[in-house]
Amino acid sequence: MNAPHHDPDYNFAYLDEQTKRMIRRAILKGIAVPGYQVPFASREMPMPYGWGTGGVQVTAACLVPEDRLKVIDQGADDTTNAVSIRRFFQRTAGVEATEKTTEASVIQTRHRIPETPLTEGQILVYQVPIPEPLRFLEPRESETRRMHALADYGLMHVKLYEDIARHGAIATSYAYPVEVEGRYVMDPSPIPKFDNPKLGGNPAIQLFGAGREQRIYALPPYTAVRSLDFEDYPFEPSKANHDCDLCGASGSYLDEVITDDQGSRMFVCSDTDYCETRRNAGHRGRLSPEEAR
Amino acid sequence: MSTHLTGGFTDAPTQSARAFRTVLEALARPGQIGTLAGATPPAPLSPAAGALLLTLADQTTPVYLAPLHDTAEIRGWITFHTGAPFVTPEEAVFALGHWAELPLSRLSAGTAEYPDRAASVIVETDALAPANARLTGPGIATQTTARLPETAFFQSNRSLFPLGLDFYFTCGDQVLGLPRSTRVEAL
Ligand SMILES: [Zn+2]
Repeated sequence: MNAPHHDPDYNFAYLDEQTKRMIRRAILKGIAVPGYQVPFASREMPMPYGWGTGGVQVTAACLVPEDRLKVIDQGADDTTNAVSIRRFFQRTAGVEATEKTTEASVIQTRHRIPETPLTEGQILVYQVPIPEPLRFLEPRESETRRMHALADYGLMHVKLYEDIARHGAIATSYAYPVEVEGRYVMDPSPIPKFDNPKLGGNPAIQLFGAGREQRIYALPPYTAVRSLDFEDYPFEPSKANHDCDLCGASGSYLDEVITDDQGSRMFVCSDTDYCETRRNAGHRGRLSPEEAR
Repeated sequence: MSTHLTGGFTDAPTQSARAFRTVLEALARPGQIGTLAGATPPAPLSPAAGALLLTLADQTTPVYLAPLHDTAEIRGWITFHTGAPFVTPEEAVFALGHWAELPLSRLSAGTAEYPDRAASVIVETDALAPANARLTGPGIATQTTARLPETAFFQSNRSLFPLGLDFYFTCGDQVLGLPRSTRVEAL
């Protein structure tokens, strides 16, 4: 292996060994109890909390020098947040970076699951702002912990049902709660509920890190994950009723983009690697340059 | 020079990182065997069990050693390389030994509010094959098989879920994980 070496001014992957051991033990307990939030002692990272310090610490604890790291922010590899996290690990862990989902061994994500199906051997690390799915019902940590201990999720179901009664559908379109292996209710981080079906039965290991709230949780591969719903109101992953204007994809999650000051709009895949891979393979959308000529 | 000074990782940050990935894959994919190299602990501690301790144990994680592993050499090696204190089964974060010697009922299975406070058990075995048990559950696409010392204990451990013990079976430099979430049947 001829991987670039990490910056010798830093310990490998930035964190000291004792901190990584503590995080690694928390990750393993998270794997053993899917969906349960394991407390851990979050460390200061050289970036603000909003930048995914929980995800960064989980990634730091998982990386090996041979990894290829992809970092996405709402599907895009090129935002300031994604670029700085990627550079941070290129420097402190000497890992290679990639924008290709298929080439990445570790993917850190903020608020999306890649469109390209993940495979065995890959790890998806989520940045989580609020790990507690019951927080909106109950602000006290001691109470939510008790509710999880007793699997006392009745109030949460009542709240979701009221939501349906009021809006005709469950209004929550991000961070839509899931039930893991018939036991823990879990917050999947603020991914669009369009992504929820990819949580379950996924061949990759999925790890969730919340820095400010000091929680780590996990979904092992092929875990059974169910988006909460009701017999009369089944779960529906919502999606804009369009195809991608650049690559023509009909099954991907789309961002609406204002293209000029007349308010012209286009819909494009939020997953930039997915869209580019499709365009490189010759797929075209309504506004592709070739068609516009 | 006493042997406990040798046999640790020569480059701890990267060797621990690689060992952790092997352990993570092993626990996340029950029944799948991984290779844990890099540690050469005093016998009868296996290289895989040694690497597990080097990767996960420290001053904050008390260790219980079953009688055949409770030797001055092994204690010295673990103390020198990890700083982990030695305790009774009840207080152990890690328990290590042969199946027949492990006081499983005395180990912590966690609490309803903190199921993560359960012990992890490193079971030294003579063989990880041929398989004698069928495994299903998280981490397993449909079903898989593994060699286990028995099935009844793992069924009662599963019935405690989300409480329960988590296991690493070690043999030479090989490791096989079995979290509390796995359902076990005799083949
Ligand atoms: Zn597209």
